[in-house]
Amino acid sequence: MRTGIIAKKLGMTRLFRDDGTHVPVTVLHMDDVRVVMAKTVESDGYAAVQLGFGHAKTKNVSKPMKGHYASAKVEPAMKLVEFRVADDAVLETGAVLSPTHFAAGQKVDVAGISKGKGFAGGMKRWNFAGLEASHGVSISHRSLGSTGNRQDPGKTFKNKKMAGHLGDKRITTMNLEIAAVDEARGLIMIKGGIPGAKNGYVFVRDAVKKARPADAAYPAALKG
Amino acid sequence: MNVIQTIDAEQIAKLGETRGVPNFQPGDNLRVSVRVKEGERTRIQAFEGVCIARSNRGINSNFTVRKISYGEGVERVFPLYSPNVTEIAVTRRGDVRRAKLYYLRGRRGKSARIAEAARETPAA
Repeated sequence: MRTGIIAKKLGMTRLFRDDGTHVPVTVLHMDDVRVVMAKTVESDGYAAVQLGFGHAKTKNVSKPMKGHYASAKVEPAMKLVEFRVADDAVLETGAVLSPTHFAAGQKVDVAGISKGKGFAGGMKRWNFAGLEASHGVSISHRSLGSTGNRQDPGKTFKNKKMAGHLGDKRITTMNLEIAAVDEARGLIMIKGGIPGAKNGYVFVRDAVKKARPADAAYPAALKG
Repeated sequence: MNVIQTIDAEQIAKLGETRGVPNFQPGDNLRVSVRVKEGERTRIQAFEGVCIARSNRGINSNFTVRKISYGEGVERVFPLYSPNVTEIAVTRRGDVRRAKLYYLRGRRGKSARIAEAARETPAA
């Protein structure tokens, strides 16, 4: 199991291919994604790499975190994230990952924090049908309807789908295809949409349910 | 320019090497050459008609061409920057006063004519 990468979602566009087809793509930016900490079975009980994204201003980094970055001899990052890896795929601290970690055509799983929709009703949140527009329905056209039975069982069951907070949670979309990789600019282009707003962080990993391409760099594709 | 605008500009520039985008407006008659794939073979098919709308949205720009084919109105929307569109030729300049000529859909024959504009026709 290789490490995933952290990237920033820049937005969407389309790629015209020479054969006439066009591909809708989401553009992700890898801004100096580097290893801040390597966790091994001997030292931590499990194998993982902690990756940092971007560069934080020194004034915005707390003292404990400054020490953490100093011990790894890397610059403070905007965002830290940990990926579990196989025991033989732990990377050196300070190593900078390249977008060529993923090959065009490869399948990946992408996780992001979905756009928050606030407190949403049952129709928006669970695709309930609501009540009728007429035939005597008054004021409650978008209400849930019944939430249970009668005196027996005499309660509304747990996990009943109701109104509540929608969005702003981690969503993983599986088996997305890498459409193109731009090493010079640090870009990954993924076919189709991915969860989250623009400028949000997304986590890209090898697809769990598809085999990794044989020519993929193991344990990771590094820059320089 | 941000990264996405740069990617779009590069693609438009790359397409400009093979074919340019002529200066045309709604009301102009166009002959659009489209690459059509039939099984294994590809060939060029021409679609000739009047441009009734343009949508300018960067790389996603498109234009609509309308023609009367065997008595039936046919409209086709072409992506302006698609490599499948191999040539856009302006055959006649039209004199119209609006950007979207959707009113042509309800008209036939004499009333669906567009007067020729005095605008210069570029050498193409």
